Amino acid sequence: MNLIDTSKPIVEMLGITKHFGQVIANEDVTFTLMPGEIHGLLGENGAGKTTLMNILYGLHQPDSGKIFINGHPITIKSPHDAIQYGIGMVHQHFMQVPTQKVVDNIILGLKNAGRFILDRHTARERLIRLSESFGLKIDPEAYIWQLSIGDRQRVEILKALYRDIKVLILDEPTSVLTPKETEELFHTIRKLVESGLSVIFITHHLEEALSITNQVTVLRNGKVVGTIPTRGTNKTELASMMVGREVLFRLEHEINQRNEKQEILIVDGLSAYNDRGILALQDISFKVMSGEIVGIAGVDGNGQSELVQVLTGIRSAFKGRFWVDGIDLTRATPQAILMHNVGHIPENLEDGLIGEFSLIDNFMLDLHYVRPYSHRGILDHNRMVENARQLISQYDIRAPNENIKARTLSGGNKQKMIVAREISRNPRLLLAAHPTRGVDIGAEEYIQNLLLKKRAEGMAILLISTKLDEIMSLSDRILVMYRGRIMGEILREEANIKKIGLLMAGSEG
Amino acid sequence: MTNPQNLNIQTKINRIPQIKMSKWFSTILIILFAFLLGGILIYLIGANPFLAYGALLQAAFGDMNGIAETMVKACPLMLAGLGIAIAYRAKFWNIGAEGQIYAGGIASAIAGIYFTAVPGIILLPITLLAGLLGGAILGFIPGILKARYKVNEVITTIMINYVMIQLTAYLVTGPMRDSSSGITISPQLSKAAWLPTVIPKTRFHLGIILAILAAFIVSWLVYKTVLGYQIRAVGERARTARFAGIPVERTIVLTMIISGSLAGLAGAVEVSGVQHRLVEAFSPGYGFLSIAVALLANLEPIGVIISSILFAALLNGADAMQRAAAVPIPVIYVIEGVVIIFIALRVLHKEKD
Repeated sequence: MNLIDTSKPIVEMLGITKHFGQVIANEDVTFTLMPGEIHGLLGENGAGKTTLMNILYGLHQPDSGKIFINGHPITIKSPHDAIQYGIGMVHQHFMQVPTQKVVDNIILGLKNAGRFILDRHTARERLIRLSESFGLKIDPEAYIWQLSIGDRQRVEILKALYRDIKVLILDEPTSVLTPKETEELFHTIRKLVESGLSVIFITHHLEEALSITNQVTVLRNGKVVGTIPTRGTNKTELASMMVGREVLFRLEHEINQRNEKQEILIVDGLSAYNDRGILALQDISFKVMSGEIVGIAGVDGNGQSELVQVLTGIRSAFKGRFWVDGIDLTRATPQAILMHNVGHIPENLEDGLIGEFSLIDNFMLDLHYVRPYSHRGILDHNRMVENARQLISQYDIRAPNENIKARTLSGGNKQKMIVAREISRNPRLLLAAHPTRGVDIGAEEYIQNLLLKKRAEGMAILLISTKLDEIMSLSDRILVMYRGRIMGEILREEANIKKIGLLMAGSEG
Repeated sequence: MTNPQNLNIQTKINRIPQIKMSKWFSTILIILFAFLLGGILIYLIGANPFLAYGALLQAAFGDMNGIAETMVKACPLMLAGLGIAIAYRAKFWNIGAEGQIYAGGIASAIAGIYFTAVPGIILLPITLLAGLLGGAILGFIPGILKARYKVNEVITTIMINYVMIQLTAYLVTGPMRDSSSGITISPQLSKAAWLPTVIPKTRFHLGIILAILAAFIVSWLVYKTVLGYQIRAVGERARTARFAGIPVERTIVLTMIISGSLAGLAGAVEVSGVQHRLVEAFSPGYGFLSIAVALLANLEPIGVIISSILFAALLNGADAMQRAAAVPIPVIYVIEGVVIIFIALRVLHKEKD
């Protein structure tokens, strides 16, 4: 191994510009990584963080700009080149073969894994040595599909380490982890740095950037806003760099205007299977009152999706019932449920819109079959346009006009469009699944305040989110789901991360 | 870190320059390119491309009879093409228009030949309606199989084609055979069941007007009605449609009933307007060509009018081209093939986005 000169940058990207058609993803970006550094790359969704790192990893070619490794100018044509130069990347979506074992996934694509016959034994020994020295516990003979998300991420990191990399890029690595797994990951990252690696940490979470990095580069609209040492900055400063204006982190909790509370949603003993026929919901019971936000916390994949699917009529429960406003809707069709004053913000924002449809049509998705928007099966186009125009202005959706296709909107505006549609129907019950996932800070703040406003007006809201801060700041009561069960209920006043985190990991309250 | 080779391929695909152009512009380019290629081929054969294309155009549109013959061929293509267009709007890959045409033909022939007790004036509507119903049933079957049991529609619709083609052959050689004739055809339909001729001394029949009318009705259905909205929503993103309370399965079945009806009507107009009897293999592959018709028209009902006339002109002018310029008919198949390849490329290109 070469001696590391800690005073000279290991990676330098100078004046990187990258266009995708009309869209500028990176403009004149300069990024410098010093050896032994944990460098945060901070920015909102669409700020160009991932594009910049995909360029460094050889997935994209820059339109202009230069890349230097240890002071030498180089061209990175492919991930293969990048790995040769000692750069590895762990993507948000793992690229693994679920039906194969860990060790086979690690050596997949390697050219030196034995001449004609795969030398699994040597690979296995090396993998075990690596995992011990970095504290990345993994069973080399486990199948990928058996592993938890945290384990699978470790496999990805090991895959990179196995290829002798010097620089590790992690793209939003915590988005799929529990608080405890996040802590373990941070521990691993520190160990990697101790042993001489440099880490680039892509994130849009301010707290993470503050807690793990030494240096932060903030991107906004494809440009570098600034690079600053983490020590000496704070959340407010970073947030305003990211958004370009001051962000207050203040949610306007209004007092419920109506005093009498009614039971709007009653769920009694619901049990259901998931698509693979495995029990996904076990005896779920809870209530949501008018003027109340009930938050469901939990790591993704613990039954939250199935719960919403049952409550929207997409999936049927084999046991238990639920009522909205006193009406049993357990066996009702999705349309019937929507017509009984239930609004639904789908967990995946792409499930709430049709990209190829205009905004006019998108605002009609669950309304086109009712008056006044249609009559005797014929659509009333004028009413539809009127409705779209009104919602676009009322909910501050940034769109040139109502005729554009929804896919041209930014993530934040797409979600605002869906939220606007569902809230404008004025439902009694709103099922809000990850309402701020994948949206920028500005839209997040807007949507959260909108939910609080509707709560104050008496709407009953079931909020499902994996973001603990969101759950804690919005909910009146918090339910924690783990493996299809509700582990416990916590009132807002008593909620803290540790308590919820324990329940999320399956410990009984 | 993933498999670098895999990513390599992906990167290379991404590096292919993306050409963005309007759908209609690309349609015109496709047609021009196909004719250019066909022209080169004609030249290489040793014939004069201008002469050959001139003869083709002259035959297809040169006089009233030419126009009428082109429209006679465009009519079933137009109706079946509309059926395909509406099915593909819902991403239901109906390859069964040919079978649906035969079903429509059989049903209308039965009505036109045997329903002699019906008063003359309503026999024609009944004949056409029978054809429509025959096609509808054949559309309903793969529709319900897909909606209820998730059976792949490509397979079911292709299989039904063969069933219907063979059923027609059986009927005209067996139960429905005209015993007075030496060849295997059915007796003629009652005169009252014939589609009247609109332009005298040609075969230009009323069905052609009906087909054009049908294009406008289908366009209205797709864009102005709740069902059309739901068909488009299901086709664009069934998951979203389901979440929004749209009955996805019901929409698929309804779409296929409409799609089959239109192709069935194509069979009926061919039997009642042109053949006047049930003939073995009466469709020279209209059902398959109608897929190209619909795709070239970007699944736009009004566009189907134009693209069906284009393909019909090729069919109609091919003979004349062979006679006048000694260019073998297969050159026309080459032009058709090039058009189809480019349409397929355009569809793939769109899927990739």
